[in-house]
Amino acid sequence: MPDDLKDGRIVIVGASLAGLRAAEALREEGFTGSLTVVGDEPHAPYDRPPLSKQVLLGQATAQTTELPMRRDPDAEWRLGVRATGLDLLEKRVLLEDGESLPYDRVLIATGTRARPWPHKEEAALEGVFTLRSREDGAGLADRLAARPERVLVIGGGFTGSEIASACRELGVQVTVTERGPAPLVGALGGTLSKLAAVMQRNHGVDLRTGVTVTALNGNGAFTGARLSDGSRVDADVCVAALGAIRNVEWLAESGLAAGPRGIACDAGCRAFNMYGIVTDDVFVAGDVSRFPHPLFGYQMLSLEHWGNAVEQAEVAAHNMVNPGPLRRPHLAVPVFWSTQFGLNIKSVGVPTYSDHIVIAQGSLEARRLAMVYGYKGRVTAAVTVDMAKSLDYYRHLIESAAPFPPPPGAADRAIAADVTIPSDVPDPSVLSHGPTVALTGHLPDRRLTVV
Amino acid sequence: MRTVVDLTRCQGYAQCVFLAPAVFELHGEEGLLYATAVPDDQEERVRQAAAACPVQAILLGEEVKSGAR
Repeated sequence: MPDDLKDGRIVIVGASLAGLRAAEALREEGFTGSLTVVGDEPHAPYDRPPLSKQVLLGQATAQTTELPMRRDPDAEWRLGVRATGLDLLEKRVLLEDGESLPYDRVLIATGTRARPWPHKEEAALEGVFTLRSREDGAGLADRLAARPERVLVIGGGFTGSEIASACRELGVQVTVTERGPAPLVGALGGTLSKLAAVMQRNHGVDLRTGVTVTALNGNGAFTGARLSDGSRVDADVCVAALGAIRNVEWLAESGLAAGPRGIACDAGCRAFNMYGIVTDDVFVAGDVSRFPHPLFGYQMLSLEHWGNAVEQAEVAAHNMVNPGPLRRPHLAVPVFWSTQFGLNIKSVGVPTYSDHIVIAQGSLEARRLAMVYGYKGRVTAAVTVDMAKSLDYYRHLIESAAPFPPPPGAADRAIAADVTIPSDVPDPSVLSHGPTVALTGHLPDRRLTVV
Repeated sequence: MRTVVDLTRCQGYAQCVFLAPAVFELHGEEGLLYATAVPDDQEERVRQAAAACPVQAILLGEEVKSGAR
């Protein structure tokens, strides 16, 4: 029987990082059947992180960020074709061109797209961008290279902050608006968000917090924006960095547990249907998935992380071609990075799953530190700023459920290493930028406040 | 040829920056930026950089050719 799983027809829907790595892993796992990868973009799988960094700085072009293959997965690539539905009973992926692809097992890796500026006519103004696709990156890089007077970035999350950083490095004036109290606050909490705000201002960013953009102005081309505090920003380029929307609409009629937070799956990447019954032939990986994690109270996690796409794709691929007892759980601790304003920020664990923090190494003043996050007396996350070599140590603390504040372990331990302060993680609904990590379970001690 | 660095793994040892400075560049103390397309005359240096990376974070290879099978 197990041999049958190595053969048959597998369709992967989604031709980005998770789709490519799953295709490679299926062959590494010994799958010899037919493999088809469907992608709505007309491009070979490409890497997105450079689009907000090297590409904007002109060090790489958006047309050359294709991902290298680890091995040729010997797949049929159906690129530029959108999947429009999934028939679980007939076991077919429906495509927009009317064709349908039969499968024995299917992997959903359709990822996310940029949340557009909500006002359609304003979003259509020339000079208004989002940043997710290769075309977005190429278009924005061209505009930045042409030296605009000022760029307005709406949303102070990681993408918005990286865009602002690139603008300043290019010598372009930039205004960042964020509804929350500081940039990156949704991902990193109050203390590090204050450092992020200082870094932005020190680099010449016109940072406006606690405000929203109420209207984008322009007659054909974008000329500026009105803010909720009554002020105006004159700019000729606008980037809406409002977070991501999960690409689940095509599954609306499928009967799968697919919604705005993603597609719910078990720890083995198997999708749940809308009744909460787990399937055995539909798998999910990458940004579009929502999966339980034992280190974070078995809450369903939605992660927009490069590393998660790779790891989950590999687990999904393994489980697609192996029988039940040989299947593996997806238990990797989330890891994330961002390079901005000359700082390398890395995160392990889930910083928003926290009530207190300590600075365990370095200091805010030195712009070099390791901050450890705890929840109910247990280490749940760590963030390093220019201290990436320490990250593995903290990953180990998270994996072993070490007590918080953490015991001494690092040589250059900060004076404040056992002074805990509240982690000050805001409700994501008050922010302009969507969270890149979303805890989607029930937290009785966190109540939504309407603002 | 294309390259991608697994920046989840990268710890900023910067061996690649010494071996292939035309492709890899440090941004600040330890943030790594790299050219995604490897120029032909840099391939050997980038291979050395990939081999020398202490955390084996550099991946080199060809991209998927559209319609390939």
